[in-house]
Amino acid sequence: MFKTKTKLIKDNKVYSRPAVGLVILLFGFILLLASMGLAISVGAAQINFPTVWNSVLNYDPSREADRIIVSLRLPRELGAAIVGAAFAVSGAIMQGMTRNPLADPGLLGLNAGASLALACVFAFNTGANYFTVMMISFIGAGIGAGMVFGLGSMSRGGLSPIRITLAGAAVSALLSSLGEGIALYFKLSQDLAFWTAGGVSGTNWEQLKLIVPVVIVGILIAVMFSRQLTILSFGEEVARGLGQRTLLTKIVLMTVVLILAGAAVSLVGAIAFVGLMVPHIVRFLVGTDYRWIIPCSAMFGSVLMVLADTFARTVNAPYETPVGAVVAMIGVPFFLYLARKGGRKLS
Amino acid sequence: MNATQIKRIRITTIAAIILLLAVFVISVATGFASLTPEELFRTIIGQGTPRENLILFEFRLPRIFVAILAGMGLAVSGAILQSLTKNPLSDPGILGINAGAGLMVVVYIMFFTVETSSFLYVLPLFALAGGMATAAVIYIMSYIKGEGVEPTRLVLVGVGLAAALYGATLTLSTRLDMEDYSFMANWIAGRIWGDDWMFVLSLLPWIIILIPITILKSNVLNTLNLHENVSIGVGVNVGRERIVLIMISVALASASVAVSGGIGFVGLMAPHIARSLVGPRHQAFLPVAALIGGILLLAADTIGRVVLDPSGIPAGIIVTIIGAPYFMYLLAKK
Repeated sequence: MFKTKTKLIKDNKVYSRPAVGLVILLFGFILLLASMGLAISVGAAQINFPTVWNSVLNYDPSREADRIIVSLRLPRELGAAIVGAAFAVSGAIMQGMTRNPLADPGLLGLNAGASLALACVFAFNTGANYFTVMMISFIGAGIGAGMVFGLGSMSRGGLSPIRITLAGAAVSALLSSLGEGIALYFKLSQDLAFWTAGGVSGTNWEQLKLIVPVVIVGILIAVMFSRQLTILSFGEEVARGLGQRTLLTKIVLMTVVLILAGAAVSLVGAIAFVGLMVPHIVRFLVGTDYRWIIPCSAMFGSVLMVLADTFARTVNAPYETPVGAVVAMIGVPFFLYLARKGGRKLS
Repeated sequence: MNATQIKRIRITTIAAIILLLAVFVISVATGFASLTPEELFRTIIGQGTPRENLILFEFRLPRIFVAILAGMGLAVSGAILQSLTKNPLSDPGILGINAGAGLMVVVYIMFFTVETSSFLYVLPLFALAGGMATAAVIYIMSYIKGEGVEPTRLVLVGVGLAAALYGATLTLSTRLDMEDYSFMANWIAGRIWGDDWMFVLSLLPWIIILIPITILKSNVLNTLNLHENVSIGVGVNVGRERIVLIMISVALASASVAVSGGIGFVGLMAPHIARSLVGPRHQAFLPVAALIGGILLLAADTIGRVVLDPSGIPAGIIVTIIGAPYFMYLLAKK
């Protein structure tokens, strides 16, 4: 019980590779710009790279290409990038906090809660502006998460990964059933289904103006608390042994998760698996220090979503394949692999 | 097995049958175009007016039978899964089998029309193929050499797969036209759509063949519920019996959801309630579980039909609203 700090950390083997992390951030940023450029240039109207570059720098509304780029494609790709970062960071925080390798806002009831809240908005107040929609989906995500964690901590064995995942499945089933019931009754099912299946097609500047600052502030707070998160990921007792005020840390981090997941769902609907996959890949690459995991997850999540959205948009043109499906296709084998491994350790 | 236990099983069974009849009468007596109990009695003994005959025999009875049969199928399916996995939280819905069947239903709707007469018989086969494939993937993914199926992993894989298949279903369904989409949305939500005698006929063989077979296998289930080594010790061919029972369970679930829609939690709740009433011996609790499954689904459908008349709420949603909290209660208690 009287271990020193260094001993505790050594026992739990925090290892990190800052060099790899730096390379990911730098290379990821270049890759993000390149994939956004690619995403903007392909589609119904093919636009070449110099034109893209030119219209971003000197926007001229009289040119058609510029209008397509600036009013349709650019916001869409920015939306994809910001949402990917939000999902990935919220997944990383949840996995670290709960020490549950299967944690993800989609599996733990947050997305279902936010979707139910959205169904209510569509059903009862069609004239709601985007700010209201976003606030309501925060509340919905909070209700979902509250139910899952409340249930997990009520049960005798405590919050084991399997319990939390099962509680998440039950809460998701309940909340999405309620949402479906509302959608069927008010006959707005197909509108909502596209939202639920996930799509960034309708993103506009108004939404971005609201969501980008929210997500960036969320990620910054996450980075500020990343040292505490690393310690928390060794387990509650270790963290307390090191003198951490775990309750405060948990409240802050949980709030960040709700804000990130809620904002992302309000923009693109429930996309599972980004939050699950990305942190695992990043941990594999940069180690177990969340000061690196969080920024790298954000970068990785952005690139993944932009690429997935581009693929979803072009694979079956002119139809839009919901990007959630593309992500699920990549994510499911990954989930199965993790579940098969038994999810025994996080490091 | 002593006299008081036998008495208890007998009383429970009789009480369950009486309850089922009561729900049946309530179901006929409520909602749009209803019959009072006297009218119902008169119609059953053949003295009904043409209107009463039409309501009972053409509208109400087929749907009631589909609800009861599907409820029974799901309940027994869940009971088998719970015993085989030694996991009290198993259920065809939670394990993703319904989701697999559902995905194949959308695939069917995308490529064939809903209206042809072959629809009725082919759709359950499609659902069955989807359910079987899902079960196979879950089984393979959770099998450890030398140890058998690991229950925790089984549930985890099932939950993950269910989420994924549900996502794929939603994705495909956004491309359906309005009418097919509306069928699909209702199917997923678990609206009992088979309200014609033909549906009763397409479901009935599955139920009346597979449920008695399961009851005959009660002793196998009793031993499989113990440790694997005990089963081998008493001479049960574990590998083969387990595969046969899983296939029966998947077939019951898929056939039921094909005509009734994606309904979860009946397979979870009914066996639990039955076990708490008559104990864990399969000879006693399987028939009781089947009866309770029928009662649950018929009651849910009746509530859904009467609430928010005339469009109603799908039975699957009512069952989930009751069942999910029950699942949470089990989770918290266990």
